[in-house]
Amino acid sequence: MRLTTSGIARNFAGGIVGVVTKSDLLDHRREDRIRLLGPSTTVVGDSLIGYRCVLSEGKLDPAPTIPYIHRIRETDHLGDGDIVALEAKTGLVRSLYRPYERHHHLFATARCNSNCLMCSQPPKDHDDVVALTERNRELIRLINPHPNYLTITGGEPTLLGDNLFALMGQLRDEMAATEIHILTNGRTFAWPEYARRFAQVGHPNISLGVPLYSDFAASHDYVVQARGAFDQTVTGLHQAARNGIRVEIRVVLHKLTIPRLTKLAEYIYRNLTFAEHVALMGLEYIGYTPRNINELWIDPYDYQDQLEETVEYLAIRGMNVSIYNHQLCILRPKLWKYAKKSISDWKNLYFQECENCSAQESCGGFFQWATKKHSDHIHAL
Amino acid sequence: MARTFFPFENLTPSPASFSLLPFRFTRLNGKELIVNEAGEFLIAPNGTVQQLADQRLDTGSELYRDLKAKQIVFDEASSPLLDQLATKIRSKFDQINGGTKLHIFVVTLRCEHSCHYCQVSRQTTSRGQYDMSTGTADRAIELMMESPSKEITLELQGGEPLLAFDTIQYIVPRAKEAAKANGKHLSIVVTSNLACVTDEILTYFRDEGVKASTSLDGPAFLHNKNRPRPGNNSYEKAIEGIERARAILGYQNVAALMTTTAASLGHVKEIIDEYVRREFHSVFLRPISPYGFAIKTKQSTGYEMDRFLDFYKEGLAHILEINRKGYRLSETYTKIVLTKILTPHGTGYVDLQSPAGEALNVLVYNYNGDVFASDESRMLAEMNDLTFRLGNVHRDSRRSIFLSEPALKMFQVACTQSLAGCSDCAFQAYCGADPVYHHATQGDMYGHRPTSGFCKRNMEVIRHLFSLIQENDPETMRILWSWIAGQTEKREPSLCA
Repeated sequence: MRLTTSGIARNFAGGIVGVVTKSDLLDHRREDRIRLLGPSTTVVGDSLIGYRCVLSEGKLDPAPTIPYIHRIRETDHLGDGDIVALEAKTGLVRSLYRPYERHHHLFATARCNSNCLMCSQPPKDHDDVVALTERNRELIRLINPHPNYLTITGGEPTLLGDNLFALMGQLRDEMAATEIHILTNGRTFAWPEYARRFAQVGHPNISLGVPLYSDFAASHDYVVQARGAFDQTVTGLHQAARNGIRVEIRVVLHKLTIPRLTKLAEYIYRNLTFAEHVALMGLEYIGYTPRNINELWIDPYDYQDQLEETVEYLAIRGMNVSIYNHQLCILRPKLWKYAKKSISDWKNLYFQECENCSAQESCGGFFQWATKKHSDHIHAL
Repeated sequence: MARTFFPFENLTPSPASFSLLPFRFTRLNGKELIVNEAGEFLIAPNGTVQQLADQRLDTGSELYRDLKAKQIVFDEASSPLLDQLATKIRSKFDQINGGTKLHIFVVTLRCEHSCHYCQVSRQTTSRGQYDMSTGTADRAIELMMESPSKEITLELQGGEPLLAFDTIQYIVPRAKEAAKANGKHLSIVVTSNLACVTDEILTYFRDEGVKASTSLDGPAFLHNKNRPRPGNNSYEKAIEGIERARAILGYQNVAALMTTTAASLGHVKEIIDEYVRREFHSVFLRPISPYGFAIKTKQSTGYEMDRFLDFYKEGLAHILEINRKGYRLSETYTKIVLTKILTPHGTGYVDLQSPAGEALNVLVYNYNGDVFASDESRMLAEMNDLTFRLGNVHRDSRRSIFLSEPALKMFQVACTQSLAGCSDCAFQAYCGADPVYHHATQGDMYGHRPTSGFCKRNMEVIRHLFSLIQENDPETMRILWSWIAGQTEKREPSLCA
């Protein structure tokens, strides 16, 4: 599913966030709306006044007096209720939120203090904090109806500093029933003051998803390419727990994490017993991964022993464990009950082999980028 | 601008040397067992400890990584994470947080049984002399409520407490009222042989939420031998009582405990099978307490610890076999010790703690108002040994009880961390101190480990369980974990019924 498109932007500077409408609305309902025109619509006089912006595939002539983006490459993926961000400089139309999807994200920042070898969303070093925070505040205001789950991701969301607390406060006030999951490397929580302030926001429904790649400090530090990261993450997890902040541990499975995987499970059980969930996740062939593929790649078929041992280890100890991003035909049947359909709708696809598979309904399928690299053992069940 | 990636050796070079964190060790079936301060262990190749001591261990090896991840060594490459180690140690000692939880009220010494191993009961049916007065009960409830613990368990004991049912009826509502007024969560257990139980009594317990714990020593021939009563029908009475109690209180609110006498040795399978036949899902293979009448009557009930350990091991193997066949049955002591070995948690089990659970985790209020450090302490008192009498409800406060000379003397020798023979023992993190036991058996609270039955039993039980862990049979481990995982430990109801 497409996330961005672009055209030629006029009559505004900076950015606009709004809700797409394909049909014309009465004046008093236009305030938050971005009007998407159909191919054969002609603009008459002042008929568009009141919308935040107008979008059109075709050239708008005469040009509206309000902000608009025309000659957009494609608009088929845009629908009523989608929340989009528009960029004046580039004419970019970016979909931020689609009400019908199961997974919703709020992109906090592209900055990161780690540089993981398999990062799916490689960090950028320019300062986007103020702009993105502004955009996200408006996005939160517009989301309707409120979803059950919302994930705040990045980059490293805690690099927003006080801006993250502001977003959390807004979520607490405006959609407290929505469960918020923040994907963070947890390092910032090592500062007791930070963890304390985070907890003080008092959001009733928030948890952290924190990656841990080894029980041995240097191995984790190497994977995240940051010396001292293990100490900070483990300390951060403890600070979080001490402040009543719920945590999930996430482990990406690849050639560097598999060898000590069961030992990592033991470490988690003894040191991070308070973790309410452990997610064991398949590698995504996107971002940095293709660059480091030789160092990272192991066919999931070849680590089933370690995966089974690890899952069993955690499960018999009463820990809540799941497997993400794995296809059922690769997993042993006894592991199926731990496999979750975890891939975002827009990233998700199935292969030709899957057409004849009896398990497709319950299978998570593939990331769209898996077409380039996947297990050699995919088959119909 | 694309970022660069650093090679492993540049980012995290192996340290030139390492330092040791506190650990203890022993040999274990051709390997070395190394245990850190929080009870985490590593079964390492022979010679590992020597290499550690000599700084010869290769810091690039997998073994080194294991030792570092288990917080047995640390180096300058990363933080020793001492706060985290402290948190783990604190979790292990959680049971000493919050104060005394278990409070045993001896409502009467009278009993219609005359068990060989019983230390305290009196064969009299006349009321008065051996019953707890209402005034004593009132003061005991007050003292119980002075415990800082939010969770309070009140255990009604005897003698046979049902012979003083009116005393129970006096205590239960008052204890509940006091708990409510003090913001405490109160559980009540009655420890009874159930021989005299009636539907009326059981209905009262059901309505008041009182659970029952009883004695079942094995099949009829054994139970009746161990537990004589007029009519020689203790077994039949117990079974009938268990079934009635289950029908009225609910299955899960009736527990049974066994005591191993000399007559029990050789019959462990029959004892366990009796528990299965009665549809219990746990059995506690408990050695006889070497106190009071049990010491006096050693000829008829006592035995060497070696024989008990054979009994225990044979029993555990039989229990595991029963589980493999599909019936869920746990052995309570195994569960307690394994919880200490395999989990980050401690247990609330009073009789295997450091500091010793006596007084800190349990207090006994005798029928006459005397306060004792444990059930065993008051049994010694019945043999005219008042060493562990900490005070009397009518004269003392919680403060004066805990600062009494007997208490202070006991506390000095209550920590394995500072006892000769324990301080450097590899199993220290899993074991406990027992000043009362050592006073009773060796005439010295401090105790002499090489000749201590307590030490022998626990060393061998722990070693045996480590052998199972080392074998790592997946089916066995799954069974053992099913006993300990996911449950918050409760103190098993105490001794005699």
